[in-house]
Formats: sequence, structure tokens, C-alpha cells
Amino acid sequence: MTTLPPTFQSWFKHRGWDIHPHQLAMLEQANAPALMLIAPTGGGKTLAGFLPSLIELCDGTHQGLHTLYVSPLKALAADIKRNLRTPVDEMALPIRIEDRTGDTSYTQKRKQRADPPHILLTTPESLALLTSYEDAPRMFSGLQRIIVDEIHALSESKRGDQLMLALSRLQRLAPNLRRVGLSATVEDPAAIASELASHPDPCAIINADPGPDPDIGMLVTEEKPPWTGGGAAYAIPAVLEQVKQHKTTLIFHNTRAQAEIFFRNLWLANTGDLPIGIHHGSLAREQRERVEAAMISGDLRAIVCTGSLDLGIDWGDVDLVIQIGAPKNVKRLVQRIGRANHRYNAPSKALLVPANRFEVVECVAALEAVKAHELDGDPKGTGPRDVLCQHILITACSGPFNADDLFAEIKTVGAYSTLSRAAFDNCLDFCATGGYALQAYDKWKRLLQTPDGTWQLRDPRAAQRIRMNIGTIQDTDTLKVRLKGNFKPLGEVEEAFAATLTQGDTFLIGGQVVRYENLKEMTVQVSRRGDKKPKIATFMGTKFANSTQLSQRILQMFQQDHWPNLPAHTAEWLGLQRKYSKLPQADRILVESFPHDGRHHLCAYGFAGRNAMQTLGMLLTQRMEELNLHPMGFVATDYATLVWGLDPVTDPAPLFQAPDLKAGFETWLSGNAVMKKTFRGAATIAGLIERNLPQARKSGRQATFSSDILYDTLSKYDPDHLMLQITREEALRGLVDFGRIEEMLQRTAGRVDHMTLDRVTPLAAPLFLEVGKIAVAGAAQDRLLEEAALHLMDAAGVARL
Amino acid sequence: MNGHNFTLAGTACTALPSGALYLPEDATLCVSDLHLGKSDRIARRSGVMLPPYEVRATLEKLQADIDRSKPKTVICLGDSFDDLQAADSLHDDMRLMLTGLQAGRKWIWIEGNHDPGPVDLGGSHLAELSIGTLTFRHIATMQPNEVSGHYHPKHRVAGRSRPAFVYDTQRLILPAYGAYTGGLASDTPVLLDLFGPMAVAVMTGNKAIAVPLTQTPQRPRFSGRSY
Repeated sequence: MTTLPPTFQSWFKHRGWDIHPHQLAMLEQANAPALMLIAPTGGGKTLAGFLPSLIELCDGTHQGLHTLYVSPLKALAADIKRNLRTPVDEMALPIRIEDRTGDTSYTQKRKQRADPPHILLTTPESLALLTSYEDAPRMFSGLQRIIVDEIHALSESKRGDQLMLALSRLQRLAPNLRRVGLSATVEDPAAIASELASHPDPCAIINADPGPDPDIGMLVTEEKPPWTGGGAAYAIPAVLEQVKQHKTTLIFHNTRAQAEIFFRNLWLANTGDLPIGIHHGSLAREQRERVEAAMISGDLRAIVCTGSLDLGIDWGDVDLVIQIGAPKNVKRLVQRIGRANHRYNAPSKALLVPANRFEVVECVAALEAVKAHELDGDPKGTGPRDVLCQHILITACSGPFNADDLFAEIKTVGAYSTLSRAAFDNCLDFCATGGYALQAYDKWKRLLQTPDGTWQLRDPRAAQRIRMNIGTIQDTDTLKVRLKGNFKPLGEVEEAFAATLTQGDTFLIGGQVVRYENLKEMTVQVSRRGDKKPKIATFMGTKFANSTQLSQRILQMFQQDHWPNLPAHTAEWLGLQRKYSKLPQADRILVESFPHDGRHHLCAYGFAGRNAMQTLGMLLTQRMEELNLHPMGFVATDYATLVWGLDPVTDPAPLFQAPDLKAGFETWLSGNAVMKKTFRGAATIAGLIERNLPQARKSGRQATFSSDILYDTLSKYDPDHLMLQITREEALRGLVDFGRIEEMLQRTAGRVDHMTLDRVTPLAAPLFLEVGKIAVAGAAQDRLLEEAALHLMDAAGVARL
Repeated sequence: MNGHNFTLAGTACTALPSGALYLPEDATLCVSDLHLGKSDRIARRSGVMLPPYEVRATLEKLQADIDRSKPKTVICLGDSFDDLQAADSLHDDMRLMLTGLQAGRKWIWIEGNHDPGPVDLGGSHLAELSIGTLTFRHIATMQPNEVSGHYHPKHRVAGRSRPAFVYDTQRLILPAYGAYTGGLASDTPVLLDLFGPMAVAVMTGNKAIAVPLTQTPQRPRFSGRSY
């Protein structure tokens, strides 16, 4: 049994703490090459991860970098630095701790490379950047441990794949490197553990006591939730009341736009002047930091926030978490609840606030899942090749490399352990020559093979550009927002949103209403104008799809005769749907037809999750276009797709025949916007398209052209190109989610119930206020566009010019 | 011809949906800003290797326009090549395709800011050219009756932005014809300043659709967003 060094023992004693069993277990197994800890928030997880490092470093003999800590959030790195200072300072340990993120200053970064601290706290992107420098071997040669925090969150995205590739590189530079993963409760710990270890080595898992079940319920309000919408404005007084009754409340939202609107409404209703802040990823750093600092010092009673506060930041005295809108995913809900009450063995307190009537059902389903300890998750695919391409380029930046060695290194990454040499060579060829069927770049290859067989950059100056494009976070192009005549930015909005603004338009940012003045040097200039109702602020923010498990629970709930577990208003609503139409069943597709606002509408309930229902919308409208039904657009939610058009659909069943849908899918897939969006992301990661080049964007917009053009060109002239393979593979898994359409077709097996009604049904009503309506670029649009153009020409009197 | 017909300085013009201009009286086809060899130039300069198919894509589009309109004269209105080195490094099969397009007709390269010198390809090379009442040059001056390119205008209606012709009674600016070209929004001051209040934008695409340049349309019913 390992015992703590005396200094540590007396520090624990001085703090009045007992070392947790899992902290001790981590210490005992500190020499394991790979080790994963699963612990709830507040379980002393971070200390458990760092304790072995602190002990190894306490005699002051280690020179240079000893421990790397990687977390998904910059804020988390800063937070951990603060928390780690306490034991280090109180025990007077000779340990230097620094963080390094995108926010770290240039000088500080240079200094860190020349003279690294003992413990460096960073993000996957900053780490990847570090490995791209020529001096990486010197910096990392003494590295002993790497701690990957919130590994469950990283593992869900390409950031995790990039991190594990970087780890394979570090392991070569520092063969004795030990890997530690810290994770929240997940449905499949073994899968994450095997990603962490160097393949095929095992990885031990330590489970901490999960603590008591959370105290979680649905917020009861005087006011009924509205039929539609996502703002939950009705709940403002009740939420404010909860804020008053608790010390500190976190109010989570699923999207940034919703957070902004809610914050504004909350502020308007906040007559008692409670200190309330807002925090999300589109706000300027200064603003975020101000809120974080105020939170830590206990100056805020509530923070309206999004996923940017989702991870294990220790906000101290949070005693209530409120989730606005249905959580969509049980696992994330459980992790959010963990934010409340960081005292071990005290139950976390959380309230769900459904934004509309349907979300009441979703919230109740989620509550039941939490009580049943049922987490959700989808199995992960193999390592994405766009990330691999970027990794090859990063490797090339650090110096010449041997392809065989690099391939062997990559095979030690769990997600890439099944990568074939041919697939690797394809990626290498893409990085070197572009990988086109037409061998066009003989003179201008990016990578050259030298006579000794190693690969290197043709032009070493290219390293600079590659470094600027490191990372896998797919960011939409954003523009800074600034008050006119003021240098400090308020935050960022998406370029696409900025393009819709004309002078005088108002929108919300950071909780204030601002007025759009003009666009100056890629900055949106605004003035303060609180007197006008804001036009909505849009942020793309990820929209999560309802998990399969949650959808199944909802469908089961629909089959109950009555709903004692639901609030009366919601039970009544479902009753009305049953009376006027039908409630959807798991093994049938319900289709409703009804007129509304001069258009024919069709609503199909498939419960396949937002992404798949979106794809279904594309496929349905495509079929309808072929049948001359003049579809005009559609909107999809997690449970249904609503299509409108100029003509009614009298027999929907043939639209849902699996073979037709699949055939349509093939033709549709190549030409659709989702593919183009996916292509853009993959092409940026793989280094085909550059981002982060502000000077290039500034100098003449004629020079830049849409990546859609590249996609179209490639589809036409080089359909088997690696980038298109990657795009297809990814779209099928992600945004297109055809897998869940197939699952839906399988469980419903062509059984379609068609209801023809004379008005909008209770269950369809919420779809009418959904954002993200998609117009169909078909005959109907051309017809109406021509009519409108003619009208405009007449009105302007230029038709005869 | 499936395009938007109008007259400029008494000369009949057709703005084709492809972005090409056709003058029926002189059987002349005019295209601007082909930017051939753009991928080559980008690779040379930055190491980024874009799909090297923009020359083929652009020439195939031009081929289709030529096949349909059978012009006696083709005018390339400047920035036909992304730079002169890109013109020199055109692949042989692309040179052959270009020669095929030039066969049996007059071919004029107007010089642009990207391709200011002569190129080693058939056709005549001119700074500007007058046909009838119209003068063709790459960049608009404030002289009347000119046809030019350079700005790559794009026009937005109903949330859709498309390359567009812009004209009034004094001048016409062509959209960029090349496959790898971006655009400049038609409400950018530098473009607006060239036109009078009655200017028209002709959006390209499946059909050529004419709309007033400056009037902001009402929030459109046909975008599928309104309820």
C-alpha cells in the first residue's frame, strides 16, 4: 500500500480532508502505462490525476516538462491552474505550473518552448501545434505523464482523434510516457480506456464511488409551457424565484441564441437587481473572463450559459443547475447536473425547464432515464482520415519523416489500429500531391520524397500556413462585433448572419441590444440602442439530435392510456392529438396532411433524431419534386419532418418505400448542402482549404470563392478523390445520419398511417415555429422567383429600361 | 436565346444564364474573368493544392455557350488567366481544347490586371476594343457605352446570391465566368458608384433573372422562411 509523503499527509490533515480511495488507487497504480479514472464531478478527480505528478516533482530534481495536462476547454486549463496552485503553494512545492492555450500571449508561448514548466496545462490544438515545431523532441524528451481530462467529451469528436495522434508522437519522443485519463460517468468506459492506451496495450480502469443520485425534477410553473418555441420565456418568473432561493444557479441552454434571448428576458424581469451574468463561446474573451472571475469570487447569483460551461470547471458554490429546453441526451444531462454541488457525497440539485409542450414529454422521458441510470451513446467509427492528413502535415512541419515509422506510430492509436497501409498511403499522397486523378502538381508538390526516402515540405515556409490551420473544430466564419469608436470587441457573429443585416437592424449580443451600423474591415460596427426589439441573434451552435434511447422512451410513453406522470396540460395535449389524429407508434410512420396559410403541409413522424429527420426532409422533397408536387420547403425536429408545397400529397405511403428512399438517397447525397458543409469541414481539417488567414480575407473578397465550387468540381471530375470519400463517410455518420433513417425504415417496415385533416394538428403545431426551415430549390422556387422579379421590376419602373 | 435581352447604346445585348454576353447583331460572344490556371497559381504560391480542374470546367462551359450561339467573334474580357505563368503552364490537352474553341472564329484576349501581357495562345491581344457603339475593356472607366468585367459582381435576392450582370444606360459589367471565382456583392459602394439609380442586375443560374440593382426587396414570401 502506497503511503503519502509526510508533506502531503500533513497538508491533507491541515485541510481536514481524507484522501479518497480512488485517489489512493491512482497513486498505487501511478506507474501503469495507461490508467483511467471514472469519477463524478466533485470527486476530487483532478487532484487524483495530479497527485502522482506532485509527489514525483516534490523533491525538485526533475528538469523540464514532467506532466502535460490536456483539457477540451481553455477555461478549464485556466481553472485547473488556479486550483493546483493551492496545494503547491501551501506545501511550498518547487513546481512551476503554466497554461498554454489559444489565449496565451506570443511572448509567453515562446518562453514556454525555450524553458518549459514542470506542468503544462493545454488543449488538444495547442498540443498539436507544439508537436509541429522542430524543437518538439527537446521539449518533450523528459515528459513523464500526460493527463487527459474530460476524456469522455474529447472522445466524442475529432479533437480526441487528433489528441491521440499527438500522443503517439509524444510516446515516440518520450518512450516512458504514462497516460492518465479522467472521465465522467459514461456508458462504455472500456471503449474510452482502449482509446487512451497505446494500442494494443491494456488500460486499467479505476471507478470512484458514483455518489448519491441527483435530486432532479421538472420546474413547476404557474404558466403553462407554450405550444411552440424554444425560448422558455414563460418560465422566467419561476426561474428568477429559484435563483433567489439558491446561492448560485447555472442556467444551461442548448444554443447560444437561446441563451442570449433568455438572458435578456431574465434581465428585464430582474427587478430585484440580482447579479446575473452570461457566458458562451461567441462572447469576447474579456467578457467571458470577467464573468468567470465574478463567478469564482461569488459575486454572481446566476450564470446563463451554454456548453462552454459544460465541462468540469469548478465554479465553487453552485447549488442549483437549471436546464432550459429538453436535454436531448441523457449522458450530457447527467454531466450538467454534476455541475451543481461540488461537495462529494451530496446529491446534486437540478431542474429541467421544458421550452414547449413537446419538450415536457422529452424532459419527463429524460428524468426517467436518469432515475434508471440509463445512459445513451453511439458506438464510434474508425479514426477519421481528414484528421490523419492533418497529422501527416503537422509531422512534416516538425521535420523530415520516414513513412514506415509514421505508419507504425499511427497504428498505436486505437482508433487507427485497423488503418491499412493503402489507406495511409492515400492520405500521404493527398498531402504530398493533392491526390488527384489528374497529376497536375508535379512542380508544386507540397511534400517531396528525398533520395533517402524521407518526406519533407517542398517549401519550408509552408509550415507557417499549416500551423495556422491546426485544429479540428469546425468553426464557421465569424466577424467581430464592436461598438463604433470603441476598440474592445463585444463578441462575434457568424458571417452569414452579418450578411443579412442592414443598417438599423438590431440584434442581441452579450445580453445587450445593439444596432447594426456598418461593416468595416471585417468588423461589424454597432451602436448601443436598447429601445428597439432585437432581431434575433443567430449562432450556428451545434444542435444535438435526440438520442435513440430517449426517442424510444418517448414513443413508449405515447402508448400509455393516460399520462399521470405528465403535467395535466401536456397530458391533455396528447389526448387532443389522439382524439383528432393519432399518436405516433414505434413500428409505424404517422403521416398527417393538412392545409395551412395557403400551402399544403405534410407532417411525418419518424422519431429518428434531428439529423436523420432533416435528411428525410431532403429525400421526401426530392421525391415530391419528381412527382411534380411542387414542394417549397421543410423543417425537421427530432421527431418529425414538416414539408409544405403548392400541391397536396394524397398518397404518402409510396414516398416511404425503403428501396425508393435508398435509391433517392444515392442521387441526392452527391448534390446536397449537407455534403457541401461536411466537405468544407473535412477539407479544412485535411489542409485543402485554409482558414485563419485574416489578411487574405481582408484583401479583396473576389479572391476567395466558396468551397461549394470545389466540391462540385471534384464531384464532377474526380468523384473517387479521397476528400469525397471522407465527406461521404462522415456525412452518413453525422449530419446525414442515414443509419437512423434505415433504423426507422426497419422498425416501421413500410407501415404508413395517413391522416388527412382540415387544420394543423396538436402535435404538428410546434414545428411551425422551428428555426432552420430549408427552402427547396426546385420548380416552385423558380416560379415564385420569376413572379417576384417581375413584380420588383414593375414596381421600380425599370422593366422598360 | 434563353437570356435577358436589353439594349446598351442602341446595341442589342443578351445576358445569358451562364454569365456570357451575346451580341446578336455582330454574332459576338463575350466572357470575362475566366481566371484559368488559378489552382496552379495557388499551389505555386501557398502549397495548397486545389482540385486542378477549373480550366476544364471553365472551357467546357464556354464550349457549351459557343456550341449554342455559334459566334463569329469571342471576346475574353480580361483576367482570362490567373497570371501569365499560369497561362504558360496550361496542360497540353487544355491548350488543344482552347485551340478547338478558337477554330473558325475571331478570338480576342483583352488584357486584365491579372494577365497584362500577351499569351502564347492563338487569338489577338488588345488593351481594349470597340465594336459598333460599344467599347470593351477589363476595368470600367467612367466613359459611356463601355462593357467591362473585373469586379465579379454578385447579386442577392431572397437570400440567394448569384453572379450577376449589372447595367444601366451607360455601362455593363459582366459577372466572372471562371469556375474558381468568388464575387463582390452588388451593393458594395465601389460597384454602386459606377451606376445610376435605374441600374439592373441580371442574376445568372438556370435562368437569367433581372431585378433592380438598388431596391431591397421586401422580405420574400418565396424563400420558405416566412410564416
